[in-house]
Amino acid sequence: MNAYVGTSTSRVDGRAKVTGAAKYAGEFAADRLLHGFVVEATIPRGRIARLDTSQALKVKGVLDVLTHAHRPPLAGKDEAWKDEVAPEEGSPFRPLYDDGVKFNGQPIALVVAEDWETAKFAATLVRVGYQEEQAFATDLEAERGKAAEVKQPHKPRGDAAGALAASAVRHEADYFIPTEHHNPMELYATTVVWDGNGRLTVYDKTQGVQNVHRYLCNVFGKKPDDIRVLSPYVGGAFGSGLRPQYQVVLATLGALALKRSVRVVLTRQQMYGLGHRPATIEHLGLGAKPDGTLDAVTHEATAITSCYEDFARNDTGWAEQLYKSPNSRYSHKLVRLDVSTPSDMRAPGAASGVCALECAMDELAVALKLDPIELRLKCYSDSDQSEDLPYTSKQLRACYARGAEAFGWNRRNPTPRAMRDGKELVGWSMATGVWEALQMPVAVRIVLSANGHAEVSCAASDIGTGTYTIVAQVAADALGLPIENIDVRLADSTLPQAPVEGGSWMAASSAHAVLEAAEDIRRELALLASTMPSSPLAGVDAADVVLVDGTIAKDGEKSRAVSITDAMRHGKLERLEKQKLNHFAEDKSHARNTHSAVFAEVRVDEQLGVIRVTRIVSAVAAGRILNTKTGRSQIMGGVVWGIGMALHEETAMDHRFGRIMNANIAEYHIPANADIHDIDVIFVDERDHHINRLGVKGLGEIGIVGVPAAIANAVYHATGKRIRRFPITLDKLLA
Amino acid sequence: MINFQYSRASDVADAILLLTAHPGAKLIAGGTNLIDLMKENVEVPSRLIDVSRLPLRKIEETPDGGLRIGALVPNSDLAYHPLIEQRYPLLASAILAGASAQLRNMASVGGNLMQRTRCAYFYDTATPCNKRAPGSGCSAIDGLNRNHAILGTSVSCIATNPSDMSVALAALGALVHIAGPSGERTMALTDFHRLPGDTPHVDTNLEVGEIITAIELPPRGFGRNYSYLKIRDRLSYAFALVSVAAALELDGNAIREARVALGGVAHKPWRSLEAETALRGHAATLEHFSRAADLLLQGARAHAHNGFKIELARRAIVRTLTQAASATPQSQAHKKIA
Ligand SMILES: Cc1cc2nc3c(=O)[nH]c(=O)nc-3n(C[C@H](O)[C@H](O)[C@H](O)COP(=O)(O)OP(=O)(O)OC[C@H]3O[C@@H](n4cnc5c(N)ncnc54)[C@H](O)[C@@H]3O)c2cc1C
Ligand code: SF4
Repeated sequence: MNAYVGTSTSRVDGRAKVTGAAKYAGEFAADRLLHGFVVEATIPRGRIARLDTSQALKVKGVLDVLTHAHRPPLAGKDEAWKDEVAPEEGSPFRPLYDDGVKFNGQPIALVVAEDWETAKFAATLVRVGYQEEQAFATDLEAERGKAAEVKQPHKPRGDAAGALAASAVRHEADYFIPTEHHNPMELYATTVVWDGNGRLTVYDKTQGVQNVHRYLCNVFGKKPDDIRVLSPYVGGAFGSGLRPQYQVVLATLGALALKRSVRVVLTRQQMYGLGHRPATIEHLGLGAKPDGTLDAVTHEATAITSCYEDFARNDTGWAEQLYKSPNSRYSHKLVRLDVSTPSDMRAPGAASGVCALECAMDELAVALKLDPIELRLKCYSDSDQSEDLPYTSKQLRACYARGAEAFGWNRRNPTPRAMRDGKELVGWSMATGVWEALQMPVAVRIVLSANGHAEVSCAASDIGTGTYTIVAQVAADALGLPIENIDVRLADSTLPQAPVEGGSWMAASSAHAVLEAAEDIRRELALLASTMPSSPLAGVDAADVVLVDGTIAKDGEKSRAVSITDAMRHGKLERLEKQKLNHFAEDKSHARNTHSAVFAEVRVDEQLGVIRVTRIVSAVAAGRILNTKTGRSQIMGGVVWGIGMALHEETAMDHRFGRIMNANIAEYHIPANADIHDIDVIFVDERDHHINRLGVKGLGEIGIVGVPAAIANAVYHATGKRIRRFPITLDKLLA
Repeated sequence: MINFQYSRASDVADAILLLTAHPGAKLIAGGTNLIDLMKENVEVPSRLIDVSRLPLRKIEETPDGGLRIGALVPNSDLAYHPLIEQRYPLLASAILAGASAQLRNMASVGGNLMQRTRCAYFYDTATPCNKRAPGSGCSAIDGLNRNHAILGTSVSCIATNPSDMSVALAALGALVHIAGPSGERTMALTDFHRLPGDTPHVDTNLEVGEIITAIELPPRGFGRNYSYLKIRDRLSYAFALVSVAAALELDGNAIREARVALGGVAHKPWRSLEAETALRGHAATLEHFSRAADLLLQGARAHAHNGFKIELARRAIVRTLTQAASATPQSQAHKKIA
């Protein structure tokens, strides 16, 4: 049955992507297409006192300059602007709505011209006068005292403060994670195609076409049929495209104002005005008995948000899943600053929170003189303590063991600075990773043709994670067809329902929708086949019929088969269409998580502080791996990002101006090829019979979690220096 | 980005004529720095004078045994030229330490010498910057200055020169050949770039209407004992926090001739004749290297975030001299520091 699921299958869209046949939002052509260029605010807070567009309008080729004072109508109520994943608290940002400036880089005008260069040039001629508010703030550390607590899912247990104070061995520290930006390769872009009758086809870079569709209908007061949103390919998003971004509103405004097709592409620099991983101070407290069992865990996160929305993620509470402790307290605080609202970024919450937790665990291991893996095994928790639930599966122990073996952990000298190679100090360390295994309602439609080809469609996006491929694999197996016969259509708002693609939930969710739709097809084909004259399947129960090799066959008896084509011809069916919403049995008695153990080797030049991450081993337990090739790519990508988070990434803000000063990828560093060496990905066997039919948990976020901590811990092991302020740049080691 | 006029120069004289006739015009060669700055509205030339097709792409031997390198030789061609690889490996190494292969393919020698600082405020027209808008103030002095200069700074500007190639050229004692309205002249590379003083908007001593036609390398190539070490925030494709070009001539273990130039620490490649004199005639030992480092860094001054550069530079100088003396130059391909 499983020719494809669980194998290393190449991306079905790989060829289209590398040959340029795959089209992205900013590449769709339209008749008489206009181009918009965004003018941004250059102050962090205040009002637009004057917006003079007269010079820009004089430029030949400029059609209009849209501003808050000159634009088609926009919805006035917050509800209209709240998309599927908007924070509960607050009032979403409305581009070109009024004269208010809420953050530096906010769009305040859109110049629309016959070509992009003209729009860009005219944008330099828009004159803006501000009424600046002097009292603005962008510095988390300076404003920490103003933090306010928000609701968190994790309940306190016992008396954490008391137990921590009384612990024999205690570690308490602040860890600082700076603001980071997603920087997907593809720039944010929207092409709105005007059909002449007021209907809009919107090609948008997004992780959720139906989310954008509902949002645009609400914001512009349109009926669902008036707008169709497509996003067939996405050149990376990593969470930045979960919420509709402002360019989709601007392009739509432009199209409505000028009754023509309009494209708006942001520049790399402008993308720093979108969401970001919020800067966070993670305060960890760990108290233990001398044998390494934990008495208390406290984790308080203080993160930034905007002044208009409360964006909070689950930074704290991961210890509930990982480490047994009778006492615990978790809290999440927000500091409202004059910045744009943060957004989800690969493993939101966990990437930062677990980084701090795992650094703190390493520090505790040092204080206890325990091997870091041993400490983690001492406190290993077989249940999610917050609700006292067993796991559907948790092979973290195996992750430690397999990872340690592959890494050669037993050759580690535990003493810091003890391992060296010439002028380099060598550091070996590790950390744990954890993420959720989520599943969401997704519907899939399968249209099977009599010629043995099937079209499988769903509104879900493939943000580069491999959804096209996974859907094709599952469908091919379920329908018993070669994968070449499966045509997958995704990311069109008119297709069957899907939520935004994020949180690593799409693989499990879409796969099960495919299975269920295929199940209906199978049943119908079984019926057809059994009623054919002198059918070899006559009298065979539909439940005993399988689809295999293009045939409808008795399970275990391949010779009793009818070809799909013959059965459908017999039923005079050219197409057989089934649509199904996935269904997951409700199960409140289990916790669902993925886990990893990450091992890192760093080499640090002793005199110069130059750090090289020469080896990473990531052992992952994430249930059944649907595609080992795309799965491995997901983990490798996460590891590379984790290296960046540990050593490179930081959005540098000048708090005097409230401006980001490295808004480009020359100065905002992510790892270059030279920063990446060996990455060994191990998928630990994890059979999960509770979570869903296929035993799939999803992979994506888990790849990054734990990586920064493993590297920071390895840097400590190499140098004896504990850097708690990320990224770990060499000046911090020299200090 | 603004609209601009475009002309293609037919020869060097034409380029000079065009430059003189159109104040506000700029030469464009590879465009890898100028176009970036135009996109940010930092450079707003009224006209681009394209010199990229001028016949300045030759690398020729000079009568005295040196080399003359045309101003339009692409950075990669220069780095991989056999005569450079054999006789001036320090220059090849410094070039390969910079930018990326794609950029080096586009970048010209002249453009590399003229590239402007990477100071973030210089790039952001919404902030004050004396270099970009004279008299508006220097945002870096009390702002984010981790990447900024520790030597030769002024109260007007603390920016650094970002070029790697220039650091090696400074150490090698290169000359810059210049043509202008009043004829041709040459200038020592070490005199080409200026310190910021109270005119930080003037990067170099090139006069209005002048064009770089070539770089000349003197015969002495330091082919054996050299090293270029670049310390940066990631292992490739980042500008130097500190870089060191070291070139030695040894007699046994005695230093006959020494050159050391620093990058990433000042508004120009930084040399100290005093430091080099202190090395000359002495044994190639850590003690003498440290002494040279002290002399090179004499007067170094830190701002809020760049104090680490002083100690980093000190250690990097000693290390690079050690690499040079032992003829184990830093590889630009393998990032482990030799
Ligand atoms: C992302 C990035 C990373 C980089 N990293 C590095 C690095 O690590 N190290 C490094 O050294 N460099 C680095 N660079 C800079 C690169 O080396 C320069 O952009 C390049 O050398 C400029 O050469 P060009 O021919 O493209 O100059 P252009 O952009 O064409 O011109 C630059 C300037 O030189 C002037 N000019 C050009 N030719 C002449 C001439 N013949 N006479 C007089 N004036 C002239 C132009 O008028 C202009 O003002 C980087 C650049 C980028 C974009
Ligand atoms: S250091 Fe120089 S370039 Fe930077 S802001 Fe100050 S004046 Fe401008």
